[in-house]
Amino acid sequence: MTLANYFDFVILPILTLSVVLVFVRLFKGPAIVDRVIALDLIITIGIGIITVYSIRQNQKILLDVAIILALIAFLGTIAFSYYIEKQKDD
Amino acid sequence: MINIILAVLSTLGALAILFASIGILRMPDFYLRLSVTVKASSLGVGLLLICAAIMFPGDASVTTKAIAIIFFLIITAPIAAHMIGRTAYFIGTPLWKGTVVDELDGMYNKETHELQSDPRQAVDKSTSPLDDQIADTEDETK
Repeated sequence: MTLANYFDFVILPILTLSVVLVFVRLFKGPAIVDRVIALDLIITIGIGIITVYSIRQNQKILLDVAIILALIAFLGTIAFSYYIEKQKDD
Repeated sequence: MINIILAVLSTLGALAILFASIGILRMPDFYLRLSVTVKASSLGVGLLLICAAIMFPGDASVTTKAIAIIFFLIITAPIAAHMIGRTAYFIGTPLWKGTVVDELDGMYNKETHELQSDPRQAVDKSTSPLDDQIADTEDETK
């Protein structure tokens, strides 16, 4: 088995299965904070998928998207937690 | 030889991410889910990015980007986890019913959002032992 086949038929399906499992938690999470960390984890797994895809397609420019996604995941989680905490005061 | 290293690193990374997603689905309450997912997903994505850095040899831009993403993830993931965990405690997310001790109970001043080391200084009306955040049934945190 070549390395390209290994990436295509083992690594990417494992990552896809992970996104599906996290999406179940995003769908049914009892509190809003569960949904926030599920979204954060989905974006983090998305960075991994983009990395594997850039290896397979030999397109190193795709790693720029991964940098932006990492920034957005951090800012989104911080903004969610800041405003959820403020919501309780009023 | 380099193919074997790449296969091992990518397998470890993908398995770490898979375990993080199983953990967020199966763990009994929010705080356990948080503690499982942040560390495992940082490790998994870091290993996959090291794979990408090895895969494009002699290209400094890919290595620099991979190191930048790993550094950024390691810096920011604990901060985001701390912020969201603090918020979850403030808005009253229940702990798992098998929790042994809740050391933050009564330590937070809910008016000013400050953490006190002495529970008598925190003006908290709900410090009776029956009114803590530990859940009574399994269904509250499912």
